[in-house]
Amino acid sequence: MAIPILGGLLMLQSAVISRIPLLHGTADLVLLAVVAWALQERVETGWHWAILAGLLVGFISALPLVAALAGYLMTVGIVLLLRRRVWQAPILAMFVATVLGTLLMHGISFVSLRLLGTPLPWRESLNLITIPSLLLNLVLAIPIYALLSDLANWLYPEELEV
Amino acid sequence: MKAFTPRTLQTVTLVVVVVALILLALGGYLTPLTRVVLNPVISAQTWLATRYQAIQNYFSAPQDLALLRQRNAELEAEVSRLETEIIELNQQISETRILSALLGYAQEHPENRIMAASVIGRDTNPFLRYVIINRGSDDNLRRGMPVVTEQGLVGRIAAVTPQAARVQLITDPGSNVNVRLEPSRAQAVLQGQITGEVALDMIPQAANVQSGDLLLTSGLGGNYPADILIGQVTGVRRRDYDIFQRASVQPVVDFSNLEIVLVITNFRPVDISPLVPTPAAPGPG
Repeated sequence: MAIPILGGLLMLQSAVISRIPLLHGTADLVLLAVVAWALQERVETGWHWAILAGLLVGFISALPLVAALAGYLMTVGIVLLLRRRVWQAPILAMFVATVLGTLLMHGISFVSLRLLGTPLPWRESLNLITIPSLLLNLVLAIPIYALLSDLANWLYPEELEV
Repeated sequence: MKAFTPRTLQTVTLVVVVVALILLALGGYLTPLTRVVLNPVISAQTWLATRYQAIQNYFSAPQDLALLRQRNAELEAEVSRLETEIIELNQQISETRILSALLGYAQEHPENRIMAASVIGRDTNPFLRYVIINRGSDDNLRRGMPVVTEQGLVGRIAAVTPQAARVQLITDPGSNVNVRLEPSRAQAVLQGQITGEVALDMIPQAANVQSGDLLLTSGLGGNYPADILIGQVTGVRRRDYDIFQRASVQPVVDFSNLEIVLVITNFRPVDISPLVPTPAAPGPG
């Protein structure tokens, strides 16, 4: 199930969402999907989704594969920590995880590109890319969470005790 | 002599009366009489026709309404189909214009072997300015091949898969292009910016650079063929204590609306990295 969903979202991201920037930032549907999936209570495949997302994004994007993979894995790690602590308020956890995941992914992208010699000014990067991207991700966080939550309930229905 | 018969007399009288009536009518003398006679007839006729129409409408309207609704639905479907056709035709016209312009470019540069490709995606990372095209190594595309439009330079191929390739735009922050300014013929370096714009750096202080000067690839470094148009200088920043001048540039290509691009397939980039001296390299003698 992860391959068609993440693949479809990545195609949507590349063909459509990347053409709709806010300043120079864009939403990250794959990150939101990975975060929303890892937050689901009965889901235990969050790490699998992170690895798959990292591989797919690393293949499509010019960002180094290691950076993409590390970003999604660390994001899922944060999400699982949050799930243990604030599991009673999943929407709040989704928002917090979206903020932390976006900052983490952008931080890793920034550092890896700087290490490869791309002269990225940090102040402009923060103002023109990271903060607008964060806003877009927060706007899309709830619909993505709702969709993934429905999917998780469909795939892992709650067991009723008789 | 035989006298007029009653029959003949009757006929002559009738003819005289008819002729007299016609003459009176032509002279307008019968109008008041006509009005007096016809008014009640017309009123009666109108009343009768109205009632008949009402009764006819009462019985036939439901059928007509159903027919009209059906016809309306058919016409709406027809309008919808025609609108779709118009959109498709407009799309085809737009593509034809682009292809025509690209064909013009190919004819103007016969020394270049080119291959057209469609832009099918953009890099998902907002820090990077890359596009994905629908041609790859199966079409003999290789890493480093320059990509242009009929307007000017777009970038170069950074990675290739069998059926797609990733193109680094000249607006990417990691992109550097050696350029020549016209008419001053000064050499400089064009750098992509994080804002998706491009800026000109390393312009010698002695160079006389003005707004409106043209930028072309210089061919230095072996990454791009020479003389591909890039853009126009829009402003120059010159300070006496700087080593180089800087300038802002307006590219000729609209990078936000890239649809179809051309890959120059007969250009092979030159790798000059072994020729660049490094601090660790042993000196001569």
